[in-house]
Amino acid sequence: MALVYKRPDALTDMNFKYCGGCGHGLVNKILAEILDERGLAGKTVMVWPIGCSVFADQYFKTDSVCALHGRAPALATGLKRARPDNLVIVYQGDGDMVSEGMSEILHAAIRGEKLSVIFVNNAIYGMTGGQMAPTTLIGQKTTTSPYGRTAAAAGYPVNMAELIANIRGCIYSERVTVNTPARLAAAKKAIAKAIDLQLEGRGLSFVEVLSPCPTGWGVKALDALDFIDSDMLPIYPLGVIKEAADA
Amino acid sequence: MGAPEFLQGNIALAESAIRAGCRFYFGYPITPASEMSEYFAAQMRDRDVTFVQAETEVAAFNMIAGVAAGGQRGMTGTSGPGLSLGAEAMSFMAAAGLPTVVVDVMRPGPGDGEILAAQGDYFQACKGNGHGDYNVLVLAPWSVQEEADLAYEAFDLAEKYLNPVILLTDASLGKMRESCVLPEPKAIPAVTWKGALTGSEDGGKKVITTCGDGADQYEAFNRALQKKFAKIAAAEQRWESTGCQDADIVIVAYGSVARIAMGAMELARSAGMKIGLIRPISLWPFPKKAFEGLDGKQFAVFELSAGQMVEDVMLSVKNKDDVHFYGRMGGNLPTPAELYGELRKIAGGGR
Repeated sequence: MALVYKRPDALTDMNFKYCGGCGHGLVNKILAEILDERGLAGKTVMVWPIGCSVFADQYFKTDSVCALHGRAPALATGLKRARPDNLVIVYQGDGDMVSEGMSEILHAAIRGEKLSVIFVNNAIYGMTGGQMAPTTLIGQKTTTSPYGRTAAAAGYPVNMAELIANIRGCIYSERVTVNTPARLAAAKKAIAKAIDLQLEGRGLSFVEVLSPCPTGWGVKALDALDFIDSDMLPIYPLGVIKEAADA
Repeated sequence: MGAPEFLQGNIALAESAIRAGCRFYFGYPITPASEMSEYFAAQMRDRDVTFVQAETEVAAFNMIAGVAAGGQRGMTGTSGPGLSLGAEAMSFMAAAGLPTVVVDVMRPGPGDGEILAAQGDYFQACKGNGHGDYNVLVLAPWSVQEEADLAYEAFDLAEKYLNPVILLTDASLGKMRESCVLPEPKAIPAVTWKGALTGSEDGGKKVITTCGDGADQYEAFNRALQKKFAKIAAAEQRWESTGCQDADIVIVAYGSVARIAMGAMELARSAGMKIGLIRPISLWPFPKKAFEGLDGKQFAVFELSAGQMVEDVMLSVKNKDDVHFYGRMGGNLPTPAELYGELRKIAGGGR
């Protein structure tokens, strides 16, 4: 019988510790599939963040470093400069990147660091228990916006994929999501492109992945998939935001 | 052995680091440390070195962590406010076992501070300025020559113990020009330490993480770290001393203050006083061994601070009442005559 589906070789046998319905597992899986398809796992160094993916080094057979909160793009800058022949992938969540590490990601883009950045946006702090993130939607209830986020108190959600696209050193920016099989396939294509662009050495490539967080949002897993359509997409539209030949 | 050159401290340190195989320097402009950034930037055109002007010291410290993670030699240089920003990364690098070198060209604090010489960063360099239980090796040169020598050796020490090393100088040493013989360029391995992230196809899967996975796991992790620090503490105490055995008063001073203290010692000896001098070179580990056999003597601790190293001196002697302190702050340096006056007060029984 022909084998039509298997666990990607780039993954270890460790079970993911993500909550049920979380999007991180899907993003991890398609990343592992891309590394398999391109034969890149052996030369990859993953730079993981602080957040829900903090133990992802256990899931991947690749080399890994778990950076300080928000600092992954700075650490990855040193790493990629020291090891230009390795594939260095930065993986961050929205609290890590957009709040604690806004300076580090923007300046990595300004310098045009040869990095592929995967940004998982679930509009909330997952690991610390559901606090408001800079990406939290207006009206969205979190433990630190218990009556819903208001612009008066906390400003507006940050559109990272558009923001970073304005920086010349960023050569590619796309927003994707993982709430349907077709969109998962498109997300995989975008991440693969971001990796290929690093191998071509052209600048920073950025993929924002809208990701469900049923635990943080306090909804059922299927409802979390719907929430992406109903609430996130109007604020965070999908698509390629920037594709430049060079910085 | 090369010919002596007339070099500024910061420049001698930077060039010596390059000759030690340091190919990466990340820096944020700050007086009195910026010459090191400028030097690396100028060398980039003709030599295989990389300088990146970091957006913040926070980033610079994390960049050297990345270079070390990749098995190369990297350094950053800053002054007190920058070391404060780098504190988080210092904790990370000590925990992760990343061999890096950090230069703190001290200037007066607290706050925004001044840009002259000071030694007020002793606590933050030696007592673990970031979170958690950790130590970093702290070496304090007192001359341009020693800045070059210790910079050359610092990377070897960092890789020997898999721990960051701080070179603690000050505005006076960093800006001073002196005759200095630079070391010969050194060949280093293509990958500086086992466990560096070179890709799993090269040596199997390697992981650098400081994330705890349960109390027992993280206590064991901490105990292993403490073992490393104990090993460093036992093996790396460094100092110079002179005339201590038959002295009534032993001066304890490091860095630029030790130079002034030498002058005070000469004045006092000319006046018939019996004065010795201990110059700590390693500040962490503090050279407690230098104080063995000196019970009963008086100790005069001179610093450019409100009194920081003096606490370690008290912990190193039998009777802390034998320890006297005199410090200047704000960027002022004492004169030899001023310190001699303090020695006279101690000799006269004054406090």
